[in-house]
Amino acid sequence: MAENLMKLEVTTPERIFYDDDVKMVELTTTEGDVGILPQHIPTTMIVAPGILTITEKDGQKKEAGLMSGFIEITKTKVSILAEVAEWPGDIDPQRAARAKERAERRLQSHETGVDMQRAELALRRSLVRRKLKK
Amino acid sequence: MASIVDIKRRKESIESTGQITKAMKLVSTVKLQRAKQKAEESKAYFNKMYETVTSILATSEKINHPYLKGNDSEKKAVITVSSNRGLAGGYNNNIVKLIRDSGLKKDEVQIYGVGHKAMDTLSHRGYEVVSDDSEMMNEPEYKDAMNLGRRIMAAYEAGEIGEIYLAYTEFKNTVVHIPKLIKLLPVDVDELDTAQKEVDDKTLMNFEPKAEEALSMLIPKYINSMIYGAFVTSVASENGARMQAMDSATSNAEEMIDNLELAYNRARQGAITQELTEIISGANALNE
Repeated sequence: MAENLMKLEVTTPERIFYDDDVKMVELTTTEGDVGILPQHIPTTMIVAPGILTITEKDGQKKEAGLMSGFIEITKTKVSILAEVAEWPGDIDPQRAARAKERAERRLQSHETGVDMQRAELALRRSLVRRKLKK
Repeated sequence: MASIVDIKRRKESIESTGQITKAMKLVSTVKLQRAKQKAEESKAYFNKMYETVTSILATSEKINHPYLKGNDSEKKAVITVSSNRGLAGGYNNNIVKLIRDSGLKKDEVQIYGVGHKAMDTLSHRGYEVVSDDSEMMNEPEYKDAMNLGRRIMAAYEAGEIGEIYLAYTEFKNTVVHIPKLIKLLPVDVDELDTAQKEVDDKTLMNFEPKAEEALSMLIPKYINSMIYGAFVTSVASENGARMQAMDSATSNAEEMIDNLELAYNRARQGAITQELTEIISGANALNE
């Protein structure tokens, strides 16, 4: 079985978020969506806000929100270092909705002093959270 | 010799102080356990982060990146991590001493204070304090570190500061805490050399995007995680230091109480003897 399983470790500063053998990992990076299967070439990629889908060893799919961080694939395992990672149960839908409105307002304001990059990231984060909650 | 009443009063006062220090010791013992656990949990993330950053730097030696070569500004930012409360032995003073003896020039240093104690002392001594994030120390969270990290990186990128240092207290074990001053930016590639060896053994790593771009995104995260790491290890040290300080205060109080007890008993016995002598000599005088 070893050839179609790989070790996945998701670590956040506060805790070890996930640690088990899995069949497949799908996530969003700055370069686009990627799916990682066992025997992947060693790579380091930067994570963009998106949904992390884990296909567990029994074939079940698990979803989580992944906000920022990076992923390192080595011969033996896949490790994701996330600044923020959360299961759907951790997400507060009202807060996500408020964050979305705030970010949209900021993006439309075109005022000087508004950090466009930050507002856009905030918008993307809130969209991921809302999508995940559905 | 002090009177019996005086000794008694003093003894009572020391007893109540001893009770307080004992309670404080118990509280910091509990807090220490929690802080230690938190520091343990963040270690996995921190180590991995360090490993990855060093492996990128090792594979891409000749990158000409602003985070690696610094800028022209003479100002040096120092993040000082100390506590908001005193009575922790030399904990806060050690941070102040560390900065005083670091060889950094007073007029070039800008203090980003986290924790009132060291920050206030430094500002008294004429250091320039540019920001105060002391409330972060009460319950340090990763987003606090991100927040501070973002501000300090913005100042660095704008050329307001040329170097970033971090002063904190590393928690070795319950009794050993080491104050440390480390340079965050520009990243000193030579200092990271120790980790390089094991990295070389690994298979060649691909980067997507290119290593240069990856570095611009990773370094801020690396800084954040260093700051967060400093927070949690400092909180553990603070409680360890306070536990020790309160422990020795309690045993000092006990020693003083013992001495006073002896003095009190002696004074009491002296008073009784004197009274007896007076009665006997009075009785003798009557008999004559």
